[in-house]
Amino acid sequence: MKNVWTLATRELSGYFSTPVAYVFLFFYLVFMGVLPFALAGFYEREQADLVPFFQLHPWLYLFLIPAVSMRLWAEERKSGTIELLMTLPVTMGQMVVGKFLAAWLFTGIALVLTFPMYWTVNWLGKPDNGVILASYIGSFLLAGGYLAVGSLFSAMTKNQVIAFVLTFVAGLGLVFAGHPLVLDWITTRFPVAITDAVRSFSFLTQMNTISGGVIDVRALTYFGSLIVACLIGSGIVLDMKKAT
Amino acid sequence: MIEIKNLTKDFGTLRAVDGITFSVRRGEVLGFLGPNGAGKSTTMKMLTGFLAPTSGTASIAGHDIENQPMAAKKKLGYLPEGAPAYSDMTPAGFLDFVARIRGLSGDAKRARIAEVVRLVHLETVLHQSIDTLSKGYKRRVGLAQAILHDPEVLVLDEPTDGLDPNQKHEVRALIRAMAPNKAIVLSTHILEEVEAVCTRAIIIARGKLLFDGTPQELLSRGPLDEVFRKITTQATAAAS
Repeated sequence: MKNVWTLATRELSGYFSTPVAYVFLFFYLVFMGVLPFALAGFYEREQADLVPFFQLHPWLYLFLIPAVSMRLWAEERKSGTIELLMTLPVTMGQMVVGKFLAAWLFTGIALVLTFPMYWTVNWLGKPDNGVILASYIGSFLLAGGYLAVGSLFSAMTKNQVIAFVLTFVAGLGLVFAGHPLVLDWITTRFPVAITDAVRSFSFLTQMNTISGGVIDVRALTYFGSLIVACLIGSGIVLDMKKAT
Repeated sequence: MIEIKNLTKDFGTLRAVDGITFSVRRGEVLGFLGPNGAGKSTTMKMLTGFLAPTSGTASIAGHDIENQPMAAKKKLGYLPEGAPAYSDMTPAGFLDFVARIRGLSGDAKRARIAEVVRLVHLETVLHQSIDTLSKGYKRRVGLAQAILHDPEVLVLDEPTDGLDPNQKHEVRALIRAMAPNKAIVLSTHILEEVEAVCTRAIIIARGKLLFDGTPQELLSRGPLDEVFRKITTQATAAAS
């Protein structure tokens, strides 16, 4: 556990010692602050909730999360520091979890910095803050699930751009699996069971469940197993490809 | 302290390391010689647990690197080829990270980092990011990281590469000073280095061990570079 924390804090301090963290946080907050008003009709709805804000998260994460996850392992392999890391007395599990936690904490920090949205809506009206809290937790879980997918693709390549693109495409698939366009197409061709299965794999579906104010066991299981599976996959891929 | 038995590594159809066996005792400094691509770095990567061997075993201080990797790695200090380090960190931050992973904390950690910094002369660049450092300083950061926990076994892949003559002299003096309490393996291209610091020399080419003896034995056969060329080209000629 101590090793995991040491690895995570090193990784996290790495974000802040380069412009990466500041560029990311700047654009993250600009998008998160502007788009709910500009695109999603936050004012025009005249409802005291943050639904337009949280509905944007899966879409914004599509390109913000790969930007964080792409460097996790690709840079380590490209610069050769992976050899240093893997000959230190730490296990593969500690490395994969430590680095993932650093990335997740980082997106958590970014998410916490969107608190002016919470202030705004509480100033304008009387929102259900329980629902808002649940949505924040849901968004954090979503970020974690997507980061784990990104960790897997970052482990597969030395090239950060490739890691970004692969993670983006995978994310696109996972978000669109719950989009009506895709679901309608599947419903007309396949049994209902398949539609339900596809829908339940989608980020959108899981996110919608949670932003209703309910963090149910299914969503927790979904993100939990997605994270565990992708991190185990990252470890296996790294073991296979570390020397190449 | 180091036991290598029949170590073999295949990359696809290429046999990079071919049944190498040797051991290193405490107090010995083993010079690992060979042409480029001979399998020196691959052997070191297997010894330190980064690469899994195709067959054969390697152990450090009695711990098999494959079966007891954590115990073995705790006894080991390793400077990988090219001295990789996190380029966006400072030497101070980097050494602090390695010290924490090595289980050091508090005053013991601070004292040990200060001592190592003094040994490899990093004082002036301690708070400068590593990617702005010269090749010589980067190599010394890598060396500092390897000796931080005063390991019983030290594996150094080209420790003096990129250093100027004065720095080379200092690093060699440092290695000689540490030698009595450790088992040290170092690879090098510089034949004089073997004479200067090593108590034993091994020559490999095409993955095969061709010579294992003292530098004096090697010298008794004639000038070092000629002996080296003779041994390594014979193997190449025989293989082709």
